[in-house]
Amino acid sequence: MRFYYFLLVIVILPLYTSGFIAAKSRNVCSLCEYKTIKAAIKHADSGDEIILHNEVFTENNIVIKKSLTLRGEKGAVIDANNKGTILLIKADNVKIENLIFRNVGYSNIKDYVAILVYKSNNFTIKNNYFEKVLSGIKVEKSKYGFIESNQIFSGDQEQHAIGSGINAWDCAYLIIKNNNIYGMRDGIYFEFVKDSLIENNNAYNNYRYGLHFMFSNNNAYIKNKFYKNGAGVAVMFSKFITMENNVFSENWGTASYGLLLKEIYDAEIINNAFLENTIAIHVEGSTRVNYIDNYFKSNGWAIKVAGACYKNIIKKNNFSGNAFDLSYHSNINDNEFDNNYWSDYTGYDLNKDGVGDVPYRPVKLFSYLVSKNPEAIILLRSLFVDIVNFSEKVSPIFTPDNIIDKNPAMREHE
Amino acid sequence: MLKILRYSFSDISRSQWSYFYFAFYFIIGFTLLFLSSDVSKAVITLVNIILVLSPLIGTVFGVIYFYNSKEFTQLLLAKPIKRSTIFIGQYLGLSLSLSFSFVLGLGFPFLFYGIFRSPAIGDFFSLLISGVFLTFIFTALAFNIALSNENKIKGFAAAILLWLLLAVIYDGLFLISLMVFNEYPLEKVSLIATALNPIDLSRILVLLKLDISALLGYTGAVFQKFFGGGLGMLISIFILMLWTVLPILRIMQKIEKRIFNE
Amino acid sequence: MIEFKNLKKSFGRLNALEDINLKISKKGVFAILGPNGSGKTTLIKCILGMVIPDQGSILINEKNIIKKWEYRNDINYLPQIADFPANLTVSELIEMVKDLRAKEANESALIELFGLDPFLDKKLSILSGGTKQKVNLVLAFMFDSSIIILDEPSTGLDPLSIIQMKELIETQKKEGKTILITTHIMSLAEEISDEIVFMLEGKKYFQGTIDEIKKKTKEKTLESAIAKILGGR
Repeated sequence: MRFYYFLLVIVILPLYTSGFIAAKSRNVCSLCEYKTIKAAIKHADSGDEIILHNEVFTENNIVIKKSLTLRGEKGAVIDANNKGTILLIKADNVKIENLIFRNVGYSNIKDYVAILVYKSNNFTIKNNYFEKVLSGIKVEKSKYGFIESNQIFSGDQEQHAIGSGINAWDCAYLIIKNNNIYGMRDGIYFEFVKDSLIENNNAYNNYRYGLHFMFSNNNAYIKNKFYKNGAGVAVMFSKFITMENNVFSENWGTASYGLLLKEIYDAEIINNAFLENTIAIHVEGSTRVNYIDNYFKSNGWAIKVAGACYKNIIKKNNFSGNAFDLSYHSNINDNEFDNNYWSDYTGYDLNKDGVGDVPYRPVKLFSYLVSKNPEAIILLRSLFVDIVNFSEKVSPIFTPDNIIDKNPAMREHE
Repeated sequence: MLKILRYSFSDISRSQWSYFYFAFYFIIGFTLLFLSSDVSKAVITLVNIILVLSPLIGTVFGVIYFYNSKEFTQLLLAKPIKRSTIFIGQYLGLSLSLSFSFVLGLGFPFLFYGIFRSPAIGDFFSLLISGVFLTFIFTALAFNIALSNENKIKGFAAAILLWLLLAVIYDGLFLISLMVFNEYPLEKVSLIATALNPIDLSRILVLLKLDISALLGYTGAVFQKFFGGGLGMLISIFILMLWTVLPILRIMQKIEKRIFNE
Repeated sequence: MIEFKNLKKSFGRLNALEDINLKISKKGVFAILGPNGSGKTTLIKCILGMVIPDQGSILINEKNIIKKWEYRNDINYLPQIADFPANLTVSELIEMVKDLRAKEANESALIELFGLDPFLDKKLSILSGGTKQKVNLVLAFMFDSSIIILDEPSTGLDPLSIIQMKELIETQKKEGKTILITTHIMSLAEEISDEIVFMLEGKKYFQGTIDEIKKKTKEKTLESAIAKILGGR
């Protein structure tokens, strides 16, 4: 419901304002009325449109305090020449479109970004191209923003200096859509952001996370692709997050994972695909989280639980060809495993209803041993371990009774 | 030596056991590839089978061959040839013949499914090399045991026990000691313990080649650093060579003192 | 000439050979006789280098042969049990044994003599015990060596083949070879040997011609002479 209201505001409001004020176009180029962007902004009135011609403008620290639209013709570049932040938006109703941002630069003291949005409502940043920026877009204390169809990448900068692609802090009602973010520290980083939507973005080859949530409640991210990041997505200390239809793949490395959940309450993890991650979902505390219809394939661990884990529902997922389906070394109570497909399941189905007649225990003895002694992983795929797992399967002693799928599916769910 | 090798090779390679052994890998290879049609998946499944089977077959065939060819060996001993020539020739003939069955049995299915076009070719080769090494190592160990035991039954039991020790019990003790000394940093210890057992060493070498290496976590990183580098690889190959050469040297030394009085 | 000097060998507590001094200087057939466990096989295996004596020396043509192997080029040996690589054919086996020696071989005459032609391309595993023993004989006699050692040569042979074997031994003798035979068929020993060595409990009990042993025991046949020695103990 909140989203509809939000959409209404963001679409209707600009139409409404532009109807009242006679908007004027102001061109910026070496032969135009305005030679610099700063000059154009200085003379512009609220509601005006500033058009940057196909040139390279070497400017930085451009402050926008009026409701302006900054639009580039094809090939218009703003180059900060490594001197610092390019754009500072401090007004409502600002639109930035079709621009190329380049060479933000690095400082030990200050965080330079390509675009900084501060206390601005109703902004749009669309179809821009960010290259050799240490940080892309930073949004602080703002509401109702659209960040859409941008390409953000760091270029070959030094890794320690690189920041986030899109960083939002203390914001609400943002929509981040169709962006491509790669080679940054975090693809998208949310701190204290609520009621926002992240949709259909690609985040890959980022050094830390594809997407990072901290203390951000009531958000949704859907249809995104996170691959080959240091780790796919980290959701920490947040409530009511919806994670749907995303693909987490090839987050592959010593301590890497597709999705990290740390102290998460009341989340929905639905219909995602986790492919070839060292750990598909690393859980450090999750309560009342529904894991439904997800596909775990060829991961090291499908779900690895390291913290308390209560009242979760794990239902109708496919666990296919993972080295370990489930591993834990902490309290894990009141969780419901139901009707998942487990490729390691060897039971039978006499009445042919598609549900195995023998319950399945997803925790193998070896995965239990490994969670207690990480070095033991070195015995993976040895005959002894196979024997141990088999004997434990025949007569369970160590693996817990309460982790059991009583209705294992015989075939993969669609 | 080459003459003995040639004849024992052509003898063993024509025995029905060689055909069985070849057929086993041939069928396993095709079945796995047919079921998964993914070369690297099939390689992973094969790791288990090969690391268990090639030592076992090397051990069993080594002991059986040694005892069964005793009479003929005596005939050879009466010929103007050095003793070590006879036994090393027979040993190489057997190991080579077993390795051929293994390599060809697996080679055909994988060739058919296009191993040369697959990125898993390196993994497949490291698997083959490990299997061949294990065959040579365990056949040599079996010859040693047979040399030290005149009694067939005792020799056979000892050989099976040795296989069980290195293939299963060693890992069990390894795991238990990891549990007991939980509080200590164990990466180096595990590294050494792994390197000392040829089966474990081969397993790690193949697993690190496969993309599940990242699974091994921090411990894996220590291993990756060691085995992944050129030096580690050289050291591992050197250890495997040592496992092959030392038993052979012991055969040569033992054989000079052995009496053939039955 | 074969000479044993102070030869000693024990297996654990069992003294297999106790201070054997023996000289076989003439050409001809020498039978080494004795009950089971008397040390005759050990003695033969010492010559062949399969058993290394604890003490003493063995001289062949005045050269000590212990821990050497080249001298075996001049020895033919027929093992007691004929057991060969199962999957080789008869002709491959013969080729192999020829291969191992840089010496001329006349196997074709022997193959013809024992009628082995139809078996040449057969695998050794399917041959009968008697046929295997014939192959064994071919392997032992096909080289021209001055010393021939035969361990129970008549095992598994039919009467006709035994006659053929005896003829073979006779021919070799005429060619001036030294032939050592172990056997427990006394009639065979009596028939073909020029001299016998009788072993008992690891010691040389008697060496001499058959007539001498008969005279010594006042018996008419070798068999009863031996029986008397064994019974008289």
